[in-house]
Amino acid sequence: MNNEMCVEFDAKSVNEGFARVAVAAFLTQLNPTLDEVADVKTAVSEAVTNAIIHGYEKQEGKVILSCILKDNEVSIVVEDKGIGMADVRKAMEPFYTTKPEQERSGMGFAFMEAFMDEIFVESKPGCGTKVTMKKKIGQKEDMNQDGCGDSSY
Amino acid sequence: MECKYQLKEGCMTITMPREVDHHCAEQLRKEADLLINAYRIHKLIFDFSGTEFMDSSGIGVLIGRCKSMGYQNGEVEAVNLNARVQKIFVVSGLHKLIKVAKIQTGI
Repeated sequence: MNNEMCVEFDAKSVNEGFARVAVAAFLTQLNPTLDEVADVKTAVSEAVTNAIIHGYEKQEGKVILSCILKDNEVSIVVEDKGIGMADVRKAMEPFYTTKPEQERSGMGFAFMEAFMDEIFVESKPGCGTKVTMKKKIGQKEDMNQDGCGDSSY
Repeated sequence: MECKYQLKEGCMTITMPREVDHHCAEQLRKEADLLINAYRIHKLIFDFSGTEFMDSSGIGVLIGRCKSMGYQNGEVEAVNLNARVQKIFVVSGLHKLIKVAKIQTGI
């Protein structure tokens, strides 16, 4: 089965919940377990929060969220046209954050890696950031044993 | 946001919202710090009985309050975690920083 959806919304924190629920609702077609839904929701929340806080630094902007279902795999793309990042590898280091004063834990990417199978990040300063995450649904047990699946930069 | 604060003899219990994310983080940390400082709280309990979702923004709030309490030599505890919140605690290593008690079962 192939199916795709795309939503665009304002970079406002109130929409983080909307983004999670939208993806979760779309994902039900793959008959995911509750745990799989929760994993995907957490990863979506991290990516969308990053776009709002870091991409747009709480300024106005749009976040584009796409979700592609192909066979038993879900791909989620979270895109912003914000400030972008010069050093993606550094940004993905656990506990690294550019905003400690806002009590950012620096664990956003680590969570995405832990809860999804794969994550790709493309970013260009001044242009924005695109995060692509993939997860196989119905695989089970148990991708979380070692904390993460494959990851690439 | 449905967040409640209960004070009793220097112990404050915060009933955490249903979804602990970036959206609720700012209000939560402001209110909690205000009360921690005003009432000289020596024990802080995060009650997760109504929480269904938490992400890394929630981790930031909890670590931040541990720091606030540290300045007053206070104690921090988390109670009534469901399986999901517990998983977030373990993945982030938060369970090593905060004492976890009364874990919910059967969810």
